[in-house]
Amino acid sequence: MNEALLIAGMFIVTFSVRYVLFAVAGRVHFPAWLSTGLGFVPPAVLTAIIMPAVLMPQGQLWVSPTNPWLLASLIAVITAFIRKDLLTTIVVGMLAFSLFRFGFGL
Amino acid sequence: MGGAKATLPLIVGAIPFGIIFGTLAEPSGLSVIGALAMSIIVFAGASQFIVLGLLAAGAALPIIIATTFVVNLRHILYAANLVPKVRHLPQRWRILMAFGLTDETFAAVSSRYLQQDDIRNAHWFYLGSFCAMYGNWVLCTAIGVALGELFPDMTQWGLDFAMSVTFIGMVVPYLKNKPMWACVIVAAAMAIATAGMPHKLGLLLAALSGIAVGLSFQMMLARQSKQDNKNNKDL
Repeated sequence: MNEALLIAGMFIVTFSVRYVLFAVAGRVHFPAWLSTGLGFVPPAVLTAIIMPAVLMPQGQLWVSPTNPWLLASLIAVITAFIRKDLLTTIVVGMLAFSLFRFGFGL
Repeated sequence: MGGAKATLPLIVGAIPFGIIFGTLAEPSGLSVIGALAMSIIVFAGASQFIVLGLLAAGAALPIIIATTFVVNLRHILYAANLVPKVRHLPQRWRILMAFGLTDETFAAVSSRYLQQDDIRNAHWFYLGSFCAMYGNWVLCTAIGVALGELFPDMTQWGLDFAMSVTFIGMVVPYLKNKPMWACVIVAAAMAIATAGMPHKLGLLLAALSGIAVGLSFQMMLARQSKQDNKNNKDL
């Protein structure tokens, strides 16, 4: 992997997204469907990243009560529903993961 | 300075991610220079994490760039919100502000704009927030890289789970209506179903399916309520 190309490419797409509206400053308006659609981007992308990391942490599908990634994620989801605070969710999730992985040796 | 102060609580939250990004860089196949350069030049936390995952999985360059684009698309919503506040500024200020547009700075400046109507000096507040976030992100990446060198087995500590748990904490607050639930459930199912696809294409496909289903659902509901209103009026 050519890292210079990788970083240049990432910079171009990231900066364009952040700058395009500032550059034209209000002379364009999104159609309603587009701004609604954009609202779904973060949860869809993040979910698509989380699922394989948690359900296939070692490459194969691993749905079992002995999968520490899965167990800790469920605890994190419950925590996030109870307390809407991101930092609490992270701390509780990481503690749960360490407990299952290293405490119980799962 | 006020901007830096207002961003401080958010910066505290960003410290572990900067460090974890630094430690995970080398095991994922990104060099020390590459990791630092990415934080300095790209400056986009979530997508940098995701790129590490893609690199580790051996994804191709075009897939990585396309994924970065989709992951960072949310910033266009922030920019749309800020346009009325930057319209009076010269283009070089807008370029600087666009580069520094992150989740954290957007959150900090939005509350400043809500509290004060006078926006004449707001770009200095923005600059303060941006500099604090930027300095912190680059510094934490460097610390992470150094820690990774010192403790090569740190990757075995399960720090990669920090990313999953962070994203879980970011997704859950979105789950407030049926279209969002539909979007997330479809994206989740598709992510598992397409996990075996070459070049990690599954991630993009799963995300796009989720967006399409959520959007269709939402538009269907909107059309229905419009019709209900009309029927009520006719009665």
